[in-house]
Order: sequence, then C-alpha cells, then structure tokens
Amino acid sequence: MRKESKEPLIHITKRRGVPWQKAWLIRIIAIALALVICAIVTTAATGLDPVGVYGTMLEGAFGTERKVWILGKETAVLLCISIAMAPAFRMKFWNLGGEGQVLIGAWMTAACMIVLGDSLPGPLLILVMLISSILIGALWAGIPAFFKAKWNTNETLFTLMMNYVAIQLVAYYIIVWESPKGSGKVGIINQMTRSGWLPSIGNYQYLLNILIVALLTAGIYIYLQYSKHGYEISVVGESQSTARYVGIKVERVIIRTLLLSGGLCGLCGFLMVAGTDHTITTTLAGGRGFLGVMVAWLAQFNPLAMVLVSLLLCVLSRGAGEISTAYGLNQSFGDILTGIILFCIIGSEFFINYKIHFRKSAGGKLEPPAGKEGTEHV
Amino acid sequence: MRNITKTFGTIVANDNVSLDIYKGEILSLLGENGSGKTTLMNMLSGIYFPDGGQIYIDGKPVSISSPREAFDYGIGMIHQHFKLVDVFTAAENIVLGLEEKGRLDLNRAGEKIRKICDTYGFDVDPEQKIYNMSVSQKQTVEIVKVLYRGADILILDEPTAVLTPQEAEKLFAVLRNMKKDGKTVVIITHKLHEVEEISDRVAVLRKGKYVGEMITSQTNAQEMTNMMVGREVILNIDRPEPVNPRPRIEVKDLTVRSSDNVLKLDEVSFTANAGEILGIAGISGCGQKELLEAIAGLQTVESGSIRYIEDDGSSESLIGKDPLQIASMGVSLSFVPEDRLGMGLVGSMDLTDNMMLRSFRKGRSVFTDRKTPKKLAEKVVDELEVNTPGVSTPVRRLSGGNVQKVLVGREIASSPTVLLSAYAVRGLDINSSYMIYNLLNKQKKNGVAVVYVGEDLDVLLELCDRILVLCGGRVSGIVDGKTADKNRVGMMMTRLGGGDFE
Amino acid sequence: MFDIISFIPRAIVQGIPLLFGCTGETISEKSGSLNLGIPGVMYVGGICGVIGAFLYEQHAGGNVSAFPAVAIPLLACLLGSLLMGLLFSVLTITLRVNQNVVGLAMTTFGVGFGNFFGGSLIKLTGSDVPSIALSATSQYFSKALPFAQGTGVFGKLFFSYGFLAYVAVIIAFITAYVLKRTRTGLQLRAVGENPATADAAGINITKYKYLATCIGCMIAGLGGLYYVMDYASGVWSNDAFGDRGWLAIALVIFTLWRPNIAVFASFLFGGLYILYLFIPTGTDLAIKELYKMLPYVVTIIVLVITGMRNKRENQPPESLGLPYFREDR
Repeated sequence: MRKESKEPLIHITKRRGVPWQKAWLIRIIAIALALVICAIVTTAATGLDPVGVYGTMLEGAFGTERKVWILGKETAVLLCISIAMAPAFRMKFWNLGGEGQVLIGAWMTAACMIVLGDSLPGPLLILVMLISSILIGALWAGIPAFFKAKWNTNETLFTLMMNYVAIQLVAYYIIVWESPKGSGKVGIINQMTRSGWLPSIGNYQYLLNILIVALLTAGIYIYLQYSKHGYEISVVGESQSTARYVGIKVERVIIRTLLLSGGLCGLCGFLMVAGTDHTITTTLAGGRGFLGVMVAWLAQFNPLAMVLVSLLLCVLSRGAGEISTAYGLNQSFGDILTGIILFCIIGSEFFINYKIHFRKSAGGKLEPPAGKEGTEHV
Repeated sequence: MRNITKTFGTIVANDNVSLDIYKGEILSLLGENGSGKTTLMNMLSGIYFPDGGQIYIDGKPVSISSPREAFDYGIGMIHQHFKLVDVFTAAENIVLGLEEKGRLDLNRAGEKIRKICDTYGFDVDPEQKIYNMSVSQKQTVEIVKVLYRGADILILDEPTAVLTPQEAEKLFAVLRNMKKDGKTVVIITHKLHEVEEISDRVAVLRKGKYVGEMITSQTNAQEMTNMMVGREVILNIDRPEPVNPRPRIEVKDLTVRSSDNVLKLDEVSFTANAGEILGIAGISGCGQKELLEAIAGLQTVESGSIRYIEDDGSSESLIGKDPLQIASMGVSLSFVPEDRLGMGLVGSMDLTDNMMLRSFRKGRSVFTDRKTPKKLAEKVVDELEVNTPGVSTPVRRLSGGNVQKVLVGREIASSPTVLLSAYAVRGLDINSSYMIYNLLNKQKKNGVAVVYVGEDLDVLLELCDRILVLCGGRVSGIVDGKTADKNRVGMMMTRLGGGDFE
Repeated sequence: MFDIISFIPRAIVQGIPLLFGCTGETISEKSGSLNLGIPGVMYVGGICGVIGAFLYEQHAGGNVSAFPAVAIPLLACLLGSLLMGLLFSVLTITLRVNQNVVGLAMTTFGVGFGNFFGGSLIKLTGSDVPSIALSATSQYFSKALPFAQGTGVFGKLFFSYGFLAYVAVIIAFITAYVLKRTRTGLQLRAVGENPATADAAGINITKYKYLATCIGCMIAGLGGLYYVMDYASGVWSNDAFGDRGWLAIALVIFTLWRPNIAVFASFLFGGLYILYLFIPTGTDLAIKELYKMLPYVVTIIVLVITGMRNKRENQPPESLGLPYFREDR
C-alpha cells in the first residue's frame, strides 16, 4: 500500500534580492514578450503583418507634432495620478479611489469656473479653483483614511465606493449645468470669456500641464525619499508596530498621507479641466484612477520609474488607438492591448522575486524544459 | 521496527544527518537553537523536502513530499506554532484534511474525539472554538488531531515551551500512555531535565550535524550538554559590582489588561536601580512583554504607577505617555523588544535607515539627515563586528545574531539611562550572546538601569544583580542573583512565592 | 404613487446579476483570493454569451430552437469566465503576484474585451444603433415559468423571471450549504483562513485555490450572461453593464460571506439601484442622479459598521489577499 517514490519536479524558492540590472532585464523581456503577444492578437484581428502593426502604433504615438503633444498631455495625466497614488501605496494603503478624487477635483474646478467665472478677476479665480479642488480631493481620500485609521475599515472598497458617489454627484451637476439645454453635456465652460482657463505657454497648449506634473513628480520623489514624512510613511507601510515603537503616530500618518494623495488627485482634476479640457464629463478620469494604481505598483512606488511606465502605457494606448482608427476596430482595442501588457509585466515580478529549480530526476527522463523559465533563472 | 535514515546534502540546516527512530520509544532530539532539529523533523512530516538523502520507513525507501503523504506513513507532527484555524471548532480542526467517505458528520467526529480523550486522558470540548482556548488546550487539540488520524509516530516540537510545569507534567503523562499503546514519540527540546524525565533515548544535533545518541538512563546532564554545545561549558559571565546603585524606575501596583480583557499584570511593584541589571524570570507569557511595553509607553495601563527618578531624586510619572512624550521629558529610555524585525527594526530597510528610526525627528529641517545615521551604522558594524556586506544592506538579509547586534547597537547609541531588553540572546550563537552580555554589563557600569528579560535561568543567575520572578502576571518574589538557588527560582516561576506543595 | 408590485420584480431582476457576482466572489474570497477582477469577468461572461448567441443566430438563420439557443451562449459564457479565472489563478496563485493589481488589470482588460467584441459585432451587423440585439435567442433566456400567467400578483412576484434567475438563487443556497456543511466547504474555508494549517493538514492548497477562483469566476460570469440575455433582452450596448461588478464585491462584505444572506441582500441592492425610477421627482431629472448614489452610500455605511464590529465569525477570511508560499519562513 506504499506509494511510489516521487519527487516534485519544480521547486521554487524565494530570492534574496536581485541586482537591479537583472530585475530590469527580466522586465524588458516581459515587455518584449507582451509586444509579441499584442502583435499576434492584432494580426489575428486585422490580418496585418506584425511589422506593419508596430509601424502603425509608433505612427499613432509619435507620427505628427500634434500627436506627440497629445501623448505628452496623456502621459502627464496618468503620471499625475500615479504619483498621487505613490505615497498611499508606499504606506500599503490601497487607494482605489483615484477616479473619484480626480473627478471631484475636476467638478470643484468646473463649479468655480461656472459660479465665480464672472465675478472674480482671472488670477484670483484660478487660485480659488486650485485651492478648492485640492481641498475637496483631499477630503474625498481623507474620509476613508479617517475610518481606516480609527476603525480599520476596509479602505479598498471604501475608496472604490467613493468613486461612484463622486460620479453620481457629477452626473447631477451635469444636468444642472447642461449647456445647451437638453444636450446632456456641459459644453465648453466660459468659452467666450476664457475666465478660469489656465494660460498656455507660447502656442503650446499642453506645455504648462506637463511642466507642472514634471515638477510634482520631482517633488514627490524628494518627499518620499528624503523628507521625514516620507520616512514615516515607509516605516508605517512596513510595520505598524515598529512605527508605534518609535513613537510615530500611525493614525495621523495615515490620514496625512491620504490627504496628500487625494489632494494631488484633486489637483490633477483641476489641471484637466482648467488646463486642457475646459469641460466636465463623468468619464473624465476614464479608468486612469485604476491604471495609476497599476503604474504606481509596477514602478515599485518609485516616482521616477513611474515616468517610464506611464509613458510606455500611453504610447501603447495611443498606438492601439491608431490601430483601431486605421483598421476600423473598436476603440476598446487599446484596453485589451493594455491588459495584455499589464499581465506580462505583472507576471514578470514573479521571476524577480522567486527562483525556480528543476529537480534532477533519478532516471534522467525529465530534462529542464527550455524556454522562458529555463532562461530566466540563470 | 521503523528505521528512518536521512542524509542531507547542501542545506546547512542539516548536514548529512542520519537518525534512527525505533518503534514504541520516546526519543528526544536535543540541540541548541538553530541546530536544525525542527528542520530535520519538518522533512519527516513533509513540510520541507530534503535536498539530498533518503528516508526509509520499515527499511523501504520512501519520499515524503507533503504533509498528506506523511500522514499516510503514520507520521504526525505538532508544530511549535500551532497549525489551527482560529475560527473553527476543535472538531472542525481535527477532521480537517481527512478524506473520509460520506458527508461531513461532526457529531460522529465528536464522539470519536471523546473516545481518544478518554483513552489517553485529554480534556477537549469538540464544540469549542479555537480562539477561545488557552495555549495548552490548543496543544491538546493538535495532539488529538494527530491521534485521530491514527498516527504511529508523533513528533512534538518544543511542546513544553508554552506550558506551565503542571501542564507539562500532564502532557508527559499522556505521552507515556501513548508509548504504552505502542506509539513512537519524538520530542524536540533543548531542556535537559525534560530529556531525563521523559525519553528512552536521546539524539543530539549540533549546528546541523548529527553528533550522537545515547540511552537516557546511561547518561547525565553534563554529558548531554557537552555533546550539545561541543565543549565543556562553564557559563562564565562577568558580573561587575553594581556602580552606585540608586532607584531609577519605580513601578507600583501596576495592573494591565490585554485588549481582550485578560489580566496580564496584577499589581506588580518593584524598583529598577541605575547601575544594576535587574533580571526578569518567568515562564513565557507571564506578563514580561506587557511589563516592558508599559514602561516604554506602548501599553495602556489599567491602574498603578510607573515613575522615573532623576539622579537628584525628583521623579515623574511615565503612565499615559507615548514613547515620543517620554523622550521629550528628557528620559532616555531604550528598548530592545522581543520581536526584532517586527517591532525593533524594519526588515526591508538598510542599516542606515534603521539607525535613524529613533532619531530621525531631530532637527528643524523637513528633510532627514542620513549622514549621521550612516556614520553610526558604520560604527556599530565596526564595534560589534556585525557581519554584513555593507551599511546599505536590508537588515532582513542578516542572520539573527547580526540583526540583534544592529538593534542593540542602535539602542545603546543614544546613551540611555534605562535599557529594557526582552529575550536579547534568543536564537543567538554563544559568541554573539557573550557579546550582548558584555554590552549590557558595559551599560551597567555606565550607570544605566538595565532590565533583562530572559528565559535561561543559568544566564539570569550569572548575569543579573537581582532577579524579579513573575508568575501568571504577579510578582512571585525578588531574589539576589549572587545567592539565589536555581531550583528555588524555578519553583517561584511556577508558584507564587515558590512555596512547597500544599 | 410608489408601485410596490412592479417595484419588487424589477428589484429582483436587478439583483440577480449582483447575486451571481456576489456568490462567485464569496467562493473565491473563502479560498483567500480577493478577486477585484470580477467586474471584468462579468463583462467577459456577458460578451462571450453574446458571441455564442450571435454565431448561433447567424448559423441557424431563422430556425432557432430552444436547446442550442440556450446551451451555446451558456457554454460560451462559462468558457470565457473560466479562462479569466485561470488567468487570475496563474498570476496570483502560481506566480504569487499581488491580487489587487491583477484584479484591476483584469477589470480593465475584461471591460475592454467586452466593449471591443461588442462593438465589432455591432459593426458586423451593419446596424445604425450602437447596440446589438439578439432577440431570437434571448427569448429563451427571458421566458417566464409556464404557470406564471394566471397566478396574478403572486405569479408576478415569484414566477415571472427567466430560468437563470432561479439558477442564481439555487446556486447561492447550494454554495451556502457546501461552505457550511460539507467537508469540501470546511477545507476551502481552512485554506482561506490559514493556508499553512490547511497545508499541514494535507489539503492541496493550490488545487483548492484554483478551483475556488475558477468556479467563482464562472458563476460571476453567469451574472453577465443573465444581464444581457435576459434583463437587457439580448441587447448588448457598450458599458451598459456599468459598475454592477463592484457592487457585487461590496455585497460580499455586506452579507458577511454568506451566500444565503446574499439572496435577499442582492434584491435589496437591486431595489436601491432602481429606486430612483420609482420615486416621484416630477420633472427634476437631475435629482434622480443623486438617488443613484444610494447603493454606494449604503455600502460605505455597512463597511464602516462591519469594521467596528469585532465578532470573529464576521471578519473576512484571515489570509484574504495574501499569497501562500510554503517555504516562506
């Protein structure tokens, strides 16, 4: 009744730190693999040759000067949300409320433009818009943070639900502010007076946003890396009992960090409405609140890596958008490609954190299979 | 006869170990912390898989790659950390993982459990939820679980570490019953008196290597210690005379309850003197942790007082203050907690960042100063001989002894007036342990009030000037380290005041 | 006036997709997998059913018969959701990637997948409206029980739904029974509470987690299928399914991981979801948007309350969201 002797074929152990070159090599392999899969999928859907697919994608992202500017604008938005997420995630607080925080900041900006547009002088109006949008974004993240700190309420779902509260609130005001009546849209706000519109630098409409986000990125990098607050955030994220042991007030750090995170999202909403869109819709954030979470996570909460990751994702989504238009596919095609790329990069983290050993089998009948796993644990 | 031989190749935890276990015996597996006892047994119970070597059962080669396969061979292990699901009842835990035919019938399981309990003399309520149980009840559930599966070989990993002596006695009685029933018992331990009391045979491991085995009745404690440690150990810890002892911390009638309302400390009173090492002895979980955390400002106190006494005799209360407020009073209080990586240090941060945990707030700047902690880290590495690739290595990657050196190094760097330490040498090798003892003595000579919570009575008796004995959250007595008798302290740990049996 | 007789059936049909999603997510969470990809899975389940129905209708021409009309979309839906479940399992269980990140990526992917194929099918039919209608097959899904007619109000309340609605309720009760009363359920719960313990007890953690996640996804996928084929009468329009997937996840906490409670809670949520249609607001359309906030606000309140309560049985599975690695020391 004894079982036959058998040994596990594959044996997995945790790695103790990987040199960064190797980690990046693994990630690059993953991205390359993702691009190959994307090309296969696209070829299957369009019947194009893969080279043409890449060409079209690059064309879509960098084809004309205008396209490069749009790419810059889109990257700035995604990057802004990602860096807003970074402090919260470094603290291991899952803020999935980026959508709502951006939207509510945008709503506040629009509200100021509509209500105060004629009564305040330009610079003062912009200042009021800026401050109020940051404050309400901070509030939107601060409420879940307060409950998390006080009663350990599940922040993942709380922030998620706050998204929809924000969406419905905006939906309500879109009907209230409807213009022209019956269109179901707000239209361009203050189109004639341009009051509350952020100035453009020279002829470059998107440059100001890009510069502001670049500054914010550097700022957050320094904040997380070198400031005392940043240090506290790291300690709280790693171990709350250590934080208490050294006298860090955990509750206060949680709330403070989320106010910052939400405030930055609110600011992002402000930049989108006042800087580029000049209108508001319920789909303003367009899933980027979630995408920002993934960017922040993939970049391992390092703001500088976030620049690269968000640029990559924006290039891909612009490229995918181009393919959709060029070959008459649906716009959602971009989401599918983004998903494939995310899965590949996400999956590659395994090969960074774990090592695979293949057991030498006694009979020699099992050779280590060649291929992905075989090459990556060298 | 069951004859298990194992050899291991690469992993240092077990280096070419061969071991025989015979049917119907109680075997002690003796060794210091980290000598590979648990790892060895984990491979027998299918938790780990050996990197080399072969296990034989009844002379036949077998391969145990999962706990389930271990059960099939009649091997059951009771781990040090209980493997129980807290929200389940005892019966649910016991039947967990069994592939019986038919539907889940907890009533029938309950009957069978009661029968096992009657046979061996256990006391388990199958309906009780695990989270409502005491440690010894949980252990009983674990043992019943293994028996329920019809195991012939029971492996117990340091079963008495969490038990009171009375509970341990009860456990030993049960183990003897099992032996009578023809079961084989392997007990992992580092306590010699247990080896002598319960086992037929003793096998000794040292630093992952098999050293030898003896018939218990033909050996003595000295011989076993020698085998376990590798040389004659004469614990010879320095104990300099206390320097100008004067009261520093005065604790009066301290009462503490845990968050689930269990009384942890009951009217504890004592004084810790500057220039002296106060030892705290007691079975684990008798309130040591709460006592230190209450002084350090990490534990809410129900009643009583803790006062800090300055050199000039003025005193201030520490109750109701958090660590930050205590520090801002000018009290330099250092605390080496039991959970080094979970509380004292941040595992994923490097040495430099860990050095500044306590001090990062210093200065007006909003930015952290990393130059000073870096210098400190280099100094600690240098002076305490920390074995690390560099000061930018995450502390998680250091070995236990080096982690502790980093922690202690940081805590004494702030030139404290009070140094609290909990199980400062747990899991450390002899050399590192002695380094820690020397550091504590140096602090004592500098006039620091040192509080040393320890588990090894021999060390406590050689190192400490006075020893406070805790028993179930109450002070059982305070004895002089130089004159105290080990047996008497042992008694005091189990009975208030150490009085004789009534 | 508030028309309770027409309100209740509509609340129930709104609740059914939530119930599917909630039951599926509960099974998954009981094994320790917090699957935030459920909204995406439901989209994929829905669109796969639509694709199946579409291909069948194209193939069959005018002669649509009952069995294949039901079986083909059903199998397509289950297959699609199963693949999503496998994706989540491979990434989180075998590759041990963070569950939240994988879940969010799956939702992005799943919604995109649904809208892409939905949009492409619309284009294939050359229709002018941005939706695709599969009335021929959907009639078999939305067919009420035969004796619904003539039983009056009672019939309207209990027998007027398509067969998938009854399937949802039956699955929920079966799941509740399996989780609470059977050996499999006990072992599954152990995996979610304390995988190290379950492992030591000889339970195959990987098998249980894979099965729970995949079965959970398949059940959730049926929610998408029900929505398109029955509730929406076979009309697929992009993004119409909306945020119901997230509500389903919230419902899991609301019901304290008990699918039998979920049966009633999902109807309650369904009611909250459409309450705005039944509250007389006159001409003020805007205010209706505020009423739509209700389910989310209720969820938040429930979250806060469950967080404050400390009863051990009502807490999430202890190892929820954590990967398991046996040799992790």
